[in-house]
Amino acid sequence: MKWLSVPIMALFFALMLYATSGLPSHADPQAPASQHVSPSYIEYTIEDTHTPNIVTSVLADYRGYDTLGETVVIFTAGLACVLILMKRKTR
Amino acid sequence: MIEKRFQSIIVQTICSLLIPFIQMFALYIIIHGHYGPGGGFQGGVLLAVSIILQRLYLGKEISYKRFPPKLALALGAIGMLIYGLAGIIPLAMGGSFLDYAYLPIPWVHGAELRALGILIVELGIGLAVFGTLVLIFDNLVGERW
Repeated sequence: MKWLSVPIMALFFALMLYATSGLPSHADPQAPASQHVSPSYIEYTIEDTHTPNIVTSVLADYRGYDTLGETVVIFTAGLACVLILMKRKTR
Repeated sequence: MIEKRFQSIIVQTICSLLIPFIQMFALYIIIHGHYGPGGGFQGGVLLAVSIILQRLYLGKEISYKRFPPKLALALGAIGMLIYGLAGIIPLAMGGSFLDYAYLPIPWVHGAELRALGILIVELGIGLAVFGTLVLIFDNLVGERW
């Protein structure tokens, strides 16, 4: 049954290549993402948040939920490190 | 006061001169995130680097007295708490989750309040990253605490 994985992977590869051909090209101003969300962020950042740095306002305000997840991931990694490596004083 | 093996005057002078500037630069990066590149993650890493440098050149006896490892854990948790409260308090005040315009801070309104909320959140991220990195370093070194 090992030979079966090769055509499955080839099929999947071909499917991915076909799907890639439908994506908008890199930094295309006509792409849907560049026409709905990005212009409104660029236009209303100062008005909404008084923050000149658009990256910061997107990261911490418009997409704050995502950054909360990132911080939780980092803190969880630290906690896991403690739980695995911690040596107690009393043994 | 300092162990024999750390008695290099060059290392001590350079490190003790460098650490305050690293910490000042870290605070600058956190607070200046509104206007330029930077933010909580980068500033928190720099703060952690200052503590790790202190750990390296002072040795654990003095360094653990100046900055105990449990304080790192507490600071990381406090940072996460700040971020979580900045999300939940607007929810309780009638806004949506992480909508800083509903933070209950008087005499600041609207967009200014959202800018202030971003600053609060960045401080929380900075504390969380700072605590977590120092914590990981202390545990990887493997000292008992």
